[in-house]
Amino acid sequence: MNLNDWIPLIIVATSLVPGVLIFFLHENQTGVRTALNLTGAVVKVLLVFAVYFGVQRGETYTFRYEIGVDLEFLLHIDLLSLLFATLSAILWLVTTLYAIGYLEGSPYRRRFFGFFSICVTASTGIALAGNAVTFFIFYEFLTLATYPLVVHRGTEEALQAGRTYLWYTIGGGTVLFVGVVWLFVLTGSVDFGDTEALQALAAENETQLVILFWVLVAGLGVKAALFPLHGWLPVAMVAPAPVSALLHAVAVVKAGAFGLVRLVQDIYGVELAEDLNLLTPLAVLAAFTILYGSLRALTQDDLKKRLAYSTVSQLSYIAMGVAIPGVTVATGALVHLVHQGLMKITLFFCAGNIAETLGLHKVSELNGIGRRLPLTMGAFTLAAFGMIGLPPLAGFISKWYLGIGGMEAGQSWIVVVLLASSALNAAYFLPVIHAAWFRSPDREWKIKRTARFLETPWTLLLPAVATAVTSLTVGVFAATEWSPLELARQVAESWYSRR
Amino acid sequence: MNLIEPAQLPPSLIIVPILGALVCFILPGPWSGRVGLLTSALTVVAAGLSTWAVLAEGSQRHELGGWAAPLGINLYLDGLAAVFIAMVAIIGLLVGIYARSFYATESDQHGTNALYWPLWLTLWAGMNGLFLSADLFNLYVVIEVVGLSAVALAILSGKPPALLAGLRYLLAAIVGSMAYLMGVALIYAEVGALDLTVVAEALDGGLVPRVAFGLMLAGLMVKTALSPLHFWLPAAHSAAQPPVSALLSALVVKGTFYLILRLWVDVFEGSITYAMGQFLGALGAIAVLWGSYQAIRQSRLKLVVAHSTVGQIGFMFLLFPLITVAYEGWGYAPWLAAAWTGGIYQALAHGFAKAAMFLAVGVYVLAVGNDEKDSMVDLVARLPMTTFALALAGVSLIGLPPSGGFVAKWMLLKAAFSSGQWWWAPVIVLGSFLTAGYVFMILRQAFAPAREKLQLRPVPRAMEVTALLLGVGSILIGLRAEEVLLLLDVDAPFEEPVEPEEGGAP
Amino acid sequence: MDIEPYQIYAVTAGLLFSLALGGVFLCRHFFKKIIAAKILGAAVFLLLVSVARRDYEAFADPVPHAMVITGIVVAVSAAAFALALARRIWRDTGRSNFDGDL
Repeated sequence: MNLNDWIPLIIVATSLVPGVLIFFLHENQTGVRTALNLTGAVVKVLLVFAVYFGVQRGETYTFRYEIGVDLEFLLHIDLLSLLFATLSAILWLVTTLYAIGYLEGSPYRRRFFGFFSICVTASTGIALAGNAVTFFIFYEFLTLATYPLVVHRGTEEALQAGRTYLWYTIGGGTVLFVGVVWLFVLTGSVDFGDTEALQALAAENETQLVILFWVLVAGLGVKAALFPLHGWLPVAMVAPAPVSALLHAVAVVKAGAFGLVRLVQDIYGVELAEDLNLLTPLAVLAAFTILYGSLRALTQDDLKKRLAYSTVSQLSYIAMGVAIPGVTVATGALVHLVHQGLMKITLFFCAGNIAETLGLHKVSELNGIGRRLPLTMGAFTLAAFGMIGLPPLAGFISKWYLGIGGMEAGQSWIVVVLLASSALNAAYFLPVIHAAWFRSPDREWKIKRTARFLETPWTLLLPAVATAVTSLTVGVFAATEWSPLELARQVAESWYSRR
Repeated sequence: MNLIEPAQLPPSLIIVPILGALVCFILPGPWSGRVGLLTSALTVVAAGLSTWAVLAEGSQRHELGGWAAPLGINLYLDGLAAVFIAMVAIIGLLVGIYARSFYATESDQHGTNALYWPLWLTLWAGMNGLFLSADLFNLYVVIEVVGLSAVALAILSGKPPALLAGLRYLLAAIVGSMAYLMGVALIYAEVGALDLTVVAEALDGGLVPRVAFGLMLAGLMVKTALSPLHFWLPAAHSAAQPPVSALLSALVVKGTFYLILRLWVDVFEGSITYAMGQFLGALGAIAVLWGSYQAIRQSRLKLVVAHSTVGQIGFMFLLFPLITVAYEGWGYAPWLAAAWTGGIYQALAHGFAKAAMFLAVGVYVLAVGNDEKDSMVDLVARLPMTTFALALAGVSLIGLPPSGGFVAKWMLLKAAFSSGQWWWAPVIVLGSFLTAGYVFMILRQAFAPAREKLQLRPVPRAMEVTALLLGVGSILIGLRAEEVLLLLDVDAPFEEPVEPEEGGAP
Repeated sequence: MDIEPYQIYAVTAGLLFSLALGGVFLCRHFFKKIIAAKILGAAVFLLLVSVARRDYEAFADPVPHAMVITGIVVAVSAAAFALALARRIWRDTGRSNFDGDL
């Protein structure tokens, strides 16, 4: 093994080691804790970038470890894993900064930051997993590490939410477990991307493969919040804002969506999945979830819940995109993985700022807050416009590729779904924006946080503004060589050139 | 290794703890603990050397007094025995360290605390004897040694609930060993021998061996607490003191499980039918579902953990239907290794996890003062190390990766699918789900904030650390299965045959 | 078919075993349960002794006798332990059965 082969493990360790060390620190050693967290996050980002250039040069990064019998732990970095790993590495750095500001002075921060880093470890592991077993290991690891964060506040509501969260995710996990073992029995230990083993079985075991596909979808669908398995997500919003922002907008839900991508492309392969008539039902289910999530979002008065239903809806863009064959539509789906993450994390940061600065949680309470929190609401507006799909923002790019790709694939119905969903997005975001900027304040604000020059402490403001600006930048510069779009296009092309 | 002859190791595994037990019994209280720990350390060394010897030089046979079978009594140490001996050694040592701290905090009303050591060391010698004996009647004797010392340990606190549960346990143990001995008598009537290898060669199916095996099996099932014969377990295990509960739940029930396994694959392989395997599996499935469901319904923490044992024992018995297809003239089947390691891994992982869990609950009870589930609030903040130990043990019990329990459930599920016996899959899945139910029932409570300021009693550090070490152990054995599998491979009953037609059993 | 004497003993042992087993589970009083468990042991020992005589043309097999001797020692100590336990329970709680304590 040369150094390159250890790099995947090191990338995973950059968040695991700080996470574990934090548990050994004292609650009051804030300085050391912060230093550990930020060092880990920065190193992770740098490593991921270094690996990105390495992969472009054609180097391979593969870490193998035999657990025993034929259980193999495999980390492998391909372009798709880089897409997800980069996203989670960068957003972890930003969110760490935010969380330091957000939780300042609150109890049990040691526990919070420890588990937070471990969650990031799990999502990085999911990104780098090179076979279904490794994927499953990190998938369950993520479930466990998130639980303490959901119940962090220890209130009755948080504990209740924790229970719902667990029933859904442990249930999904066990179903996925059955699916993974089943897959293993059929094909033996197979790396992601090697679809031939299953293709060879297709002729004789058609029914079995169809059932297996849906078992795996059911297992992954819980985290990907596919209807009807999405129920945990809005409930889990009781967690502190950084958790909702990074985990429930990005890491956890993306783990599910990412798994669906792996399932369709790297386990079954589009061709086989199409032959077995698996894709259209999945696309329809995803389309239904898109509309359902948006409709439910309309009626939520709690800002975070509204954002949660919006997540349910937006996530299924990814599932819908991979369930339709074609390079363009796949590019759209993959790039949405990144774009949606940037926009949604911005929205959650802003929601956290509003709650933390003015003590407001409900949409109906937001009248006139644009005057008090101009930068926060500016970021919010930018991200919301992106979600709706206004050019040249990030959301527009994804929707454009999805729509064009759908038409290319001869499935124009998805354009209708996209348009309907955009209209619904507008319907639930615009009232918030309108109220914030154009109505006058109608209530006393309980000012909880102040800063000397800014509307709120810089640790809370900077992450929100930075991610908002990034979501604008990736849209404007989508055509350049280093954009997420370009990376997504490369991944999509690699799939379709493989056959 | 020239210092000690490998063939001399097996008897030392029995003699060292027995001598230690005698010395501990004679010495006054404070010394008892010191000598006890020293003996434990020596036994661990002997176990380590034995394991190493098996890995390096293969199975060891020791003829007691130089008498060969069928006349003499043999001790036989193979990979399977070494795995169980090593498990008992590691867990026993850690529980012993915990026990020393525990009894230092406990008031000693009846002057019985010091009895922990002689009783436990006798139990340990009995367990090692059980794993090593290659003689049906000698096995009866060690079962009785194990049974009597286990009951005596269970009633050490002298409190009425423990005494009542202890008497029930004792009666169950007597019935169990008598049924076993009845079977031994029938076998002797049939073949006139007691040595396992000799008996295995002489048996050729027929009614009498089946009846005999049925009796032995029934007796051992009572002692292993396989449902519906688990009636004595929850009360006995939950009423005992924490270190004792850990030993009983994590180790003692494994002794008779080991014996069933040994008889099943090494002695009676000719008499076993597919239906018998399915029957044991079905009982296991009932145990998994019923035990785990009962665990969820309990309101006292120790009862939750005790009922959990009933459920987890059920998982171990899923091994039998999966290895039994081989005797239908198949000889060797590719999933046998998976089923075999899965079942044994379940026993190992449960040993570590359950010991950790009982020790952690013991810390809770000591700190809080009772074991009502509702009192266990805010312990994530107050006893983070112990709660973490409990969580790790829970992860292994549920079978979440990466942990020993995960490897076990992975193998069992894999064997279930590849053998076509897919009907065990829902049992495994549902069992894991129910297990998650009671594990998180405890953890959820630990996250809840305390309404008033809790006054916790201080807990010795050693107790918290040993619980954590066992919890970490239950995870670690899942990260590195290779060595255990290598050990299990030494004279494993299923070896890949050179020619496919040949039988796989030795 | 002639019935050999040892077979009569063996069948008796089987019947005794079943009766004793019923006794252990069905009797309520601790003392009766313990006596039943003792009879259970006696049934097994009877079988062993009858097994020793199965070649009664030739000689009595010593191995079962050795087993019975060992078995009796174990059974006596188990019974003593059970009796001591039952007495202690009666002294501490005044109870002589498990009723209502399942």
